Parts: sequence; structure tokens; C-alpha cells
Amino acid sequence: MATAPYRKQRVHVPSDMVGSEGQPWLSGRNNRAIDLGRNRLLMAGAIFLFAFSAIGVRLVELAMPFSQQKGMMQLAAGALAPVERADIVDRNGIVIATNLKTASLEADTTEVPDHALTVERLADELPTLDIKRAGKQLASGRRYVVLHNDLSPRQQAAINMLGIPGLRFVSDERRIYPQDNLTAHAVGYVDVDNNGLAGIERGLDERLRQGGASLQLTLDLRVQHALRDEMLQAVARFSAIGAAGMVMDVNNGEVLALASLPDFDPNGKLNNTDEAQFNRITLGSYEMGSTFKVFNTAMVLDSGTAGLNDVFDATDPIRISRFTINDFHAKRRPMSVTEIFLYSSNIGSAKMALQIGGKGQKDFLEKLGLMRRPEFELRELGEPSWPRPWGEISTMTISYGHGMAVSPLQMGVAVASLVNGGRMVRPTLVSSEPGERPEPGPQVVSETTSKQIRYLMRLVVGTPEGTGKQADVPGYEVAGKTGTADKQQAGRYRKDARISSFVGIFPASKPRYLIFVMLDEPKGIKETFNYATAGWTAAPTAGSVIRRIAPMLGVAPIPVEVDGAKLAAFGGVN
Amino acid sequence: MSTFARTDTSILGQWWWTVDRWILGAIGLLIIVGTLLTLAASPSVAERINMDGYFFVKKHLMLLPVGLVIMFGVSLAPPNLVKRLAVALLVFSFILMLLTLTIGEERNGAQRWLSLGGMSLQPSEFLKPALIVFAAWMFSEQNRASGVPGNLIALGAWATAAGMLAMQPDFGQAFLVTVVIGGMFFVAGMPMILVGGLLAVGAVGGVFAYLYVPHVTSRIDRFLDPASGDTFQVNTAINAFRQGGPFGRGPGEGVVKRILPDAHTDYIFAVVGEEFGAIACLLLVSLFAFIVLRGLARAFAAEDHFTQLAASGLIFLFGLQAAINMAVNLNLLPSKGMTLPFISYGGSSLLALSLTAGMILALLRRRPGIAIGGASVGRAT
Repeated sequence: MATAPYRKQRVHVPSDMVGSEGQPWLSGRNNRAIDLGRNRLLMAGAIFLFAFSAIGVRLVELAMPFSQQKGMMQLAAGALAPVERADIVDRNGIVIATNLKTASLEADTTEVPDHALTVERLADELPTLDIKRAGKQLASGRRYVVLHNDLSPRQQAAINMLGIPGLRFVSDERRIYPQDNLTAHAVGYVDVDNNGLAGIERGLDERLRQGGASLQLTLDLRVQHALRDEMLQAVARFSAIGAAGMVMDVNNGEVLALASLPDFDPNGKLNNTDEAQFNRITLGSYEMGSTFKVFNTAMVLDSGTAGLNDVFDATDPIRISRFTINDFHAKRRPMSVTEIFLYSSNIGSAKMALQIGGKGQKDFLEKLGLMRRPEFELRELGEPSWPRPWGEISTMTISYGHGMAVSPLQMGVAVASLVNGGRMVRPTLVSSEPGERPEPGPQVVSETTSKQIRYLMRLVVGTPEGTGKQADVPGYEVAGKTGTADKQQAGRYRKDARISSFVGIFPASKPRYLIFVMLDEPKGIKETFNYATAGWTAAPTAGSVIRRIAPMLGVAPIPVEVDGAKLAAFGGVN
Repeated sequence: MSTFARTDTSILGQWWWTVDRWILGAIGLLIIVGTLLTLAASPSVAERINMDGYFFVKKHLMLLPVGLVIMFGVSLAPPNLVKRLAVALLVFSFILMLLTLTIGEERNGAQRWLSLGGMSLQPSEFLKPALIVFAAWMFSEQNRASGVPGNLIALGAWATAAGMLAMQPDFGQAFLVTVVIGGMFFVAGMPMILVGGLLAVGAVGGVFAYLYVPHVTSRIDRFLDPASGDTFQVNTAINAFRQGGPFGRGPGEGVVKRILPDAHTDYIFAVVGEEFGAIACLLLVSLFAFIVLRGLARAFAAEDHFTQLAASGLIFLFGLQAAINMAVNLNLLPSKGMTLPFISYGGSSLLALSLTAGMILALLRRRPGIAIGGASVGRAT
């Protein structure tokens, strides 16, 4: 359209006529502006479309049921009733931790009519109501006061029936542990806002917060109960200051029972001492004593530098600088590897270790996971400790379990890995589907070494000379090793305070379960001829546990005659 | 509807055939919904401030016919009359705002209201549409090369208005007016370089406001980090949407309206979310989106510059106000006192919105014979 000439005419047009009637001769410039305006209106439209869509998306995000969970997580704690924390059950589905719906009683004091009467009525229903405090709260004139927490449904209904205006209930959730102390250290507890503070509650806090299906543990409450019960008896009998115990599947690392004494009631955890909350199985690190000879012997056998019948001279105590290494059950003669293990000779063990040397020893212990914090679902994990530098003396003392401290969990894992055919196991407290089980770990010792270790351990329990014979349960081929270590205090070993422990497996010919029992500072009694060593304290305790749990775990008993024949045959190798 | 024959040339008949009935219908629907929601949300607020439960409802129902008359009356006006009306209203509301600043009633620390014989009036509500239409006129004058320094006049009017709003102080409205005028300037052909520059200035200004205006600092802080201060209103609103879920708790079942002081105004969207559910909210959002997009499409088709600018400016105002209000309710934006057009309770706001809607309808009427390019001549009738 030819527009330029029109513009030059400069016809006067009253301004208020422009637009409504339209002036064709002005359209050139106007049209360009309108076209530009249209382009930009498109942009404006797009922005609005985006804004309204964002609002729509946000609405869906907030309000639609499938998005509730995520949305709630973003809110500050306590702003809304949170997702119900997942239950925790044992391997048979028995509830260990669950939630109880409770309510708290709140009031808008401006709406409550007769304060005195209200307090009186409430006190009738709530014996634990602090009458003075409630009266003050109501008199405060505030629109929000919390009068009482943890109402039972019955109390809630009763208060509702009172029909007092201005009172309201807010639903709450309380974590309940129906088994009380039974699994205190493994399962742990939560704070008032349901944040996991210890045990599985802490270690798997996020998983539990997500709610949904129950979390199934590998714990078996029956085994747990038997273990804890025997431990309680032993603690009482030997006046020990504490105890620790664990039952583990040697083939897949599943922990069936884990107990530490003293323990506490997670339902009322606030009154418990640090001592009671201390998990001796995973957090405590101890010099284990002779049970370490299992590792020393396996190391030597697996290295091929000595066989079961090779002899080391244990005639004289070893004197090195200011230390003397002596034997508890001294034989004062050269002994075979089998005898050194059976009689728990420190001198022999030290000599065996020297044959391998410090580096090889360190590497072997490293391979068994004894030099690092284990991977486990609990966060209460102790650090192992060992001498630095690792001199010749250390090599010798560590051979029989002194100078190096590990947690009972590490100990159990290492022994399980040695006896199960030699594959490293990963300890776990959480049940997994058969398909999800982690691959067996790397081979740490040969199958032959594994078998030899099993029979050496069987000799300790199955023969009259063995220190662990009180752990024997006919028919279940219990094998094991005792360990008694003097406790250190201020850098010195105490003669009157010891850690007595027993690590055992059953059945020896095809091991399925590992049991570890440790007593902290047991005292000798008349029946034990005042001995407080492991053979008299920890070993019989472990035996009692095995007697109770082996049948319920479905371990097939082996005829005593067959067992005896096998043992004799193995002894014959000697 | 066949109430009016196409050959009917009476004012009413012509109006019926030229008005955009889609927008008219949508606005009608909004007014109905708004009335119902005032019934739902305001009684508990009224009771809380110790007034007759139906105080707000009665006021609303009294003002509604006035609003409808204003809307219908204004929508009859031809564009020139809209211009004159806007100029008159602009002058009038400037005067009233000056009065407000001197003898105005103070509420919540701000002087925004003027008492007129028992009724209180918020002149800034009327200032907004008047300023927009006036600015549209001036922008189009600039383009017409009529010798009028339109851009300067428009920006001067904006600066005056924004300044007065800021003095009340009402930063929310000042911000809204600024964005709308900026948007109109953009549509009026502001060079892209200037657009970028202004956005940069806006960003810098925003940062400065955040750093040096304590009130702004606190609002933004609370938005970015809810733990840093009192986020009671926003948290309550969000809870309302959650509690409401897709279908709502049911009319009258909501609790938000009993807690939030502004349940019937700034936070009415949350009341809708709680009582009627997210699906109802989505429908409401769609209704606003429809009016805005339909309005912009009609402005797009406008054949003269003033109409394009004025219509789009008024729609920007309407749409922005709605979007900001809903976004604040959903905690997408920091809190800002902004009402939801036709849905929130408010006397001045209702009348001013009726006026705005009337102007939009008037400007977007089909006007046979004005088409120049010829493309839309046939379409118009």
C-alpha cells in the first residue's frame, strides 16, 4: 500500500477520532507499530501461559495424593502429621518397632468458658495432668496452649464427651518397642520427633522415614531372647560388669542376634545411662586374647610355611626387652601347630607369627577386615586399633590377641569368613530377598585351611583337654576358641579384670552359625574353682545358648558316634 | 441467544452483537464464583473481628449491582469515551490519593483508605485502570507522530502514580503498576536494547531493595528460607492445599479461613483449595487464563494502536494480579498484598474491577468498518 504520499498531506485529524473511525491515511506508521505490538503480544501471551501453567503444576504437586509424600518432606518438621515411620520386624515378621497413634490436647484459651471447671473435669480424665500448670496456661489468654501430650484413644474420647469448647486434639505418633529391652542396641530408638538416634533407627533413618512396607531385619527374636537370657544369667552368676553376644549366619553374614549388656528400654530411653547405651558388639574395641590364635593359625597354615604337624619349640618363655611371653597352660616342650592351638600356647603362637613376619601378619589381618571399620547398617562402629610402629614384639603379642583391639563384630566376621570355606562375609542386619543378596566376598583362605581351622576349633571344644569343652553340646559339633585377656587400665594390664570370650561355630563339619559371647570382668565363683577364664565363663554360656537355639534353627543333629569318629580321625592326623 | 435480532440497531442490540461474549461470560462466571466464595470465606473472618457474620456478604451484595451497572455502562462506550473517562478518572484519583496521604485512614501501618460517608474507598484501585488507558493513549500518540511527546507524558504519569503508591506505602501496587506500564511500553515498541537495560535496572533495583529496605529483606528471606522468620500465613495456605487434596474437604469444612486474617481477601485461593479442592482451583486458574489469553488474542486482532495498547494493558493488570495472588498462595512468590480479581472480597476493588472489565469489553468490541487492511472486514460482522 502506498502510504508515504498520504503522510505528507498532513491532514488535520482531531485526535479523538483516530482509532475509532480509523484514518486510512495514517495507517502506514500505525500499522508498523501495530504489527510490532502483535509480535510482542505473542510474547506476553506466552509468558502468561507459562505463569498459569506453573500455577497449575504447583497445585497438582501440592494437592494430588501421589505427590503428598514428597511435599510433606519439604515442610518443616512438625508442621503436618508426617508420613508414618515404617515398622521394624524380625526375620519371622514379629514386630520390633511400630507406631502408636496418640493425641495431644490443645486449647484456645479465649474460647474455653470456665477455666476452673475445665481443669477439674480434665483432671478427672487425666490423672497425670499438672493442675497448677494447666490453670496457669488457661489463664494466659493465649490462643494456643498444649495442655497434655500422649492421650490414649480412651482418654481422647472421654475428653471429647465433656464437650468443653476451645479444646482440640492434634494427632501424634509415638514409636513403640513392644519387646522393650530385647533388641535395644540393634534397633536403637528415636527422639520425640521420631528422628532415629541409635541403632537401625539411626542407621536406616531415611528408609524408615519414607514409611511404606515394614523393614525386615535378619534378627530372630527367639534366638535374640535365648542369647540375651543366657547372657543375663551369666552376668548375674559371675558378677560381670557387662556382656556382649552375637549369633551370625557364617555363610551370608546375616546377624540373627546381637545383644549387649547392660541394656536399656528404648521406650523410656531418656533415663538411660551412656553405659547402658554403649553397644559392646559394634562400638567397643577389645583386646581379644587367645581367640586371635584362630587368625594366627589360619595365617600360618594358609601360607603353606607350616602344616598341622610342624613343631615349634615352646619349652622356654620368650624374653624380649622387658617383656616375657609365657603360657597359661605351660607344657614346656616343643609342640605341633595343633597342640599349640589346642593348649593355647602363647610361646608357640608367637614363634609361628615370627615365621610369617610383621608385614605378612598385617596383610593377613587386613584381608580379614580387622584393620578397618566394618561396613554395617549401624553407625555405632568402633575403630580397631593396633600398635604403631608394628615391631617384632607387636607381631608376637598380636599372634595371641594382645596389643591389637577389634570389635566383637569384626571378630565374628573374620572367624565366619575363615570357617565357611574361606569366603569373606559382609555382616548385615537387614533381610534381603534371595535375588538381592550380595555376592559372596573374595576367597580369603583356601578351603583346606578353612577345614583345618574348623577341626582345630572342634578339638578345643570336643576333647577333654580343650579349654572350650564346656561349650560342647552333643550332636551339634560345636567348635570354638576361648580367649581371656587382661584388661588394660592406664597403660598397664590388670590382673583382676579380664575380658573372657568364646567364639564358636556349629556344626563343625558344615558350619552354619557363629556364636560369640563375651563377659566383661567376670569374677570366679566356687563352682568354677574361682576361675574367671573364658573356659569357665564364656564357653558354658555359649554352650547354653547353642543348646537352646540349635533346635529352633533347624540344625540337624549328628549322631554322637559319628562325631566322635570324625574327631578321632582328625586327631589321628596329629 | 436470540434476544436481539442481527438487524436490531438499538444500542443494546449493537452491543450484544459486537461485545466479546466469551469474555463477558467468563467474567460473569468469575463474579458468580466470587460471590459464592465471599459467602464461604468471609463469615468466619467477620466473626473473628466481632462483626455480624454476614457483614462482608451484605456489603458485597450491595455493591455487586453497582459494579454490574458500571461494567455494563462502560462497556457501551466507544474508545474515545473510554479515553475521556480514563483522563477524568486519572485526575480524580490523583486528587483522592493526595487526600488519602493527608487525611486518609490508617490501617495496618498504611494510608490507603479514604472515608466517604461511612464507606471507605481505596483510590489506588481506580488509579490503576485510569493510568493504563491514559498511558496507552499517550504511547499511541507518540507513534502517530502528532507532535505530542506521548512516551514522556505516559512515563511521567506512571512515575507520579508509582511515587504516590510508594508513599502510602503500597509497594505491591507500585510494583504491579510498574510491571504493567513496562509491559505496555514493550508492546508499544520499546527498543529491545532498552528492554534489556530496563530488566537489568529492575534486577539491580531488586537487589538494592533486598539489601536496603528491611521490609523487603524480611519478606524475601522468609520466602527463600522458611525457617528464618514467621511464615505463618504461607505455611497455613500450603497446608490448606494439602488438606484439600484434589476434591477438597467440602464447603464449610475448611479451617484456614478461621485462622488466616486475610482469608477472604489475599488468601481466598487457599480457602478454595481447602474446601473445594485442587480440581476446582485448576478450573479457576483456567478461567483466569482463558480471560487473559482470549483478551490478548482479541487485542492481537485489534486494528488500531490505542485499542491494542489499552486492551492489552488492562489485561496485563488483570492477569498479573491474578497470577501473583495465586502464586503467593502457593508459595511460588514471596508474599505481597494482592487480591484475586472478582474472587477476593473488597468493595473498592470490586467497583474498580467492574470498571476495568467494562473498559476491556468496550475496547474489545468488534467495530465494523474500521479495518484498514481489509483482512478483517468480513470477520467483524
